[in-house]
Amino acid sequence: MEIKWYLFLSIALFCIGVVGALTRRNSIIVFMCIELMLNSVNLLLVAFSKMHLGGAIPNVASAINAQIFVFFIMIVAAAEVSVGLAIIVMMYRNTKSIDINFLNRLKN
Amino acid sequence: MGTTQILFWFLSVLAIVGAIGVISSKNPLYGVLWLIIVFFAISGHYVLMNAQFLAIVNIIVYAGAIMVLFTFVIMFIDLNEHPEIPKNIYLKIAGLIAGLCLLIVLVAALSHSPTGNIEMKNGTNVGLIKYLGKTLFNDYVVPFEISSVLFLSAMVGAVIIGKKEKEINARG
Repeated sequence: MEIKWYLFLSIALFCIGVVGALTRRNSIIVFMCIELMLNSVNLLLVAFSKMHLGGAIPNVASAINAQIFVFFIMIVAAAEVSVGLAIIVMMYRNTKSIDINFLNRLKN
Repeated sequence: MGTTQILFWFLSVLAIVGAIGVISSKNPLYGVLWLIIVFFAISGHYVLMNAQFLAIVNIIVYAGAIMVLFTFVIMFIDLNEHPEIPKNIYLKIAGLIAGLCLLIVLVAALSHSPTGNIEMKNGTNVGLIKYLGKTLFNDYVVPFEISSVLFLSAMVGAVIIGKKEKEINARG
């Protein structure tokens, strides 16, 4: 299995996430699209980690570091989700709507 | 075509169909269900690549905790009362074109790069919790502890943001 199929799969997932974040107005769905993009990057990191183990000279240290990096991305994503959803709940309480256009008004 | 390739294509199609389901679902609750399918497909890829620990963490953290949080927030919010106003059709088309351009540019730029191979058949021990744990608690102790502080601050921030404003004003 060549690495480029994983590359293309990750690119496809990332671009679907970008399209969703650009075309939807529901802030919860925009948030889910951001999770999708984070996951596509994680998938690519794990694929490269596995690639480093193959070949003539297996590079075990790089492979382990890549997987630890994915673990830290998951940690940061979990913290980000908890704060982001609290902001969405606050937004709904103040405006009775979760339309992303509400955030335009922050600048005034 | 070997078993791993069949599994790869099956999981890839599942992930992409789920992702398209996420961005096209009218009701955010269905979006959450599609996203759980995507996360399980990605966990399947992790198992295929011998990253067992990450597969389990992905299921526990993403499909378990984060998606439950999303579901709770969606249930808090009464969406039938305030349906989503669709975006201007021109903006939608522009967003679609922008995403497709990104896809085409990335695929075109990377399709001729020198590639490596992933050898699925050779199982490795790297993804097991024994080896990852040793590295995590030897070389990455400080980032690990800092991430616990990050979690604490995220928790405090979520509680303060989620509080009603009257309570904050009364106490402050």
